[in-house]
Amino acid sequence: MRAHLFLTCPVLLFLGCSYLLPFLGIMQLSFTDPDPGLAQYSHVLSDPLTQGVIWRTLRICTIVTVVSVAAAYVITLLWVRGRPMVRSITELCIMIPFWISVLSRAFGWLSMLSNRGLLNTWLKDMGLIETSLQMTRNEFAVIVGMSHYLIPFAVFPLATAMRNVDERVLIAADGMGASRLRIFWQAFLPMTASGIIGATLLVFVFSIGFFVTPALLGGGQSVLIAELIYLWIFQIPQWGMAAAMSVILMIAVGGILVLLMRRYGEMAK
Amino acid sequence: MITLRPGRIATLLTALVALFLLMPLIAVVPVSFTSRRYLSLPDGNYSLRHYAALIEDPAWLRSILTSVQVGVIASALAVILAAAFCIGIWMLRPRLAGLMTGFVLLPMVAPPVVSSLTLYFFLTKLTQWNDIIAYDKLGGVVLAHTVMIVPYAVVVIMVSLSQIDRRMDLAAQSMGAAVPTRIFGVILPNIRFGLLGAFFLCFLLSWDEIGVTLFVTSVETITLPRRMWMGLRDNVDPSIAALSVLLIGVVTLLVVLRAAMLMRKEARAR
Repeated sequence: MRAHLFLTCPVLLFLGCSYLLPFLGIMQLSFTDPDPGLAQYSHVLSDPLTQGVIWRTLRICTIVTVVSVAAAYVITLLWVRGRPMVRSITELCIMIPFWISVLSRAFGWLSMLSNRGLLNTWLKDMGLIETSLQMTRNEFAVIVGMSHYLIPFAVFPLATAMRNVDERVLIAADGMGASRLRIFWQAFLPMTASGIIGATLLVFVFSIGFFVTPALLGGGQSVLIAELIYLWIFQIPQWGMAAAMSVILMIAVGGILVLLMRRYGEMAK
Repeated sequence: MITLRPGRIATLLTALVALFLLMPLIAVVPVSFTSRRYLSLPDGNYSLRHYAALIEDPAWLRSILTSVQVGVIASALAVILAAAFCIGIWMLRPRLAGLMTGFVLLPMVAPPVVSSLTLYFFLTKLTQWNDIIAYDKLGGVVLAHTVMIVPYAVVVIMVSLSQIDRRMDLAAQSMGAAVPTRIFGVILPNIRFGLLGAFFLCFLLSWDEIGVTLFVTSVETITLPRRMWMGLRDNVDPSIAALSVLLIGVVTLLVVLRAAMLMRKEARAR
């Protein structure tokens, strides 16, 4: 037994005790509280209210993923391939929001969208609307806020893929007289497919367990899975249900991550 | 060499995305100068009352101090644990390295709400045994944050270690250096910037942490994000606007400074 193997022990022990064991405890709760067996799981999956939340979560996360990846693709394109000056500016536009706390960003959207916020005030001043448009406490606000949070995360895998694009293919396409649109559509876009898939899975995984932004911008009107778990713990204590939902969430995310790693494992070969 | 630059359509779309990304950060500024007690734009009357409230209300300062304390202790713990782990893996390259690293990265990839529930469950159990590392106590928040940030420290330090020349360590070993000498004399001095970077990243993550903190605190230990959350949840408090303006200002300044430094470095390299 070599002495320095002990170096790896503290963190393994620490996480084993304070993360793995309690998670096993949660799993146990999901099978025992209040009824032994699979009752909690069948309730979570069959109760119409919970089903509604699950479908809403899947719907919102899908929309958010598509919006974020599309927006990130455009801005990454200029970040990677623009002229030096453009590159610096886009980099700032990506990095500044990325480092700002999720709460300030949610508050920013409240300032934009709420009844006395920037957008409503402008629209009224221009005489386009009489009464304020309701733009917070609904799914629209949740989608806007979540996309805003997730765009910078989608940028990184896309940038890696775009930096690896073989420039000679583009030059060849250009030399043979393909239009710019066709070069993009038939050469550039397919060569960045791995980045698009990576970004999509990453953003989807992040969005599905998301709690803060939906809770603040949805205002209790559009509860997602994560907020439902919070409510099951702190409002109407139902540990077993919360535990069962967490286990389901963990398995779903684990499945997506395995897909992601397979994908990148193949590329590494 | 990039031959084909993005065209006008791409530039226009990027401008829209950039506007979308920056707009909410700018919108906070006018709101922070409103003279009303609710979220609104100043209607001719500009007021600094919400900035004054930040200074006058000792609760904000207390929360800032709590956040700094938690951040420093949790980051130091995370960096020490992660450095020991990474160095162990780097020196030995055990067969189970992949599995072990995967396990350590778990809190980073698991859905935050699941981690929150798990840590809440753990801390309520611990509360029955002691009142230092417990629910709604500083020790408990430190433990929860350490669990959440340790994977990031591991990633940063692993990257830093991968850039060391292994032959240095081999040379030290062949000249009879014992394991502690190799670690403290050779490896640690070579990854000092990685350690510093890991500490900085961990502190930032802990400073901003809200998901887990919401689950493991209630009224006694209130970090800054937790207090912001309380001011955002029901009736939106414009003090949050004043605070956000300050936080956004600091981040913007740091990011711009860093970009400027990198540009100067590049210019010098040319």
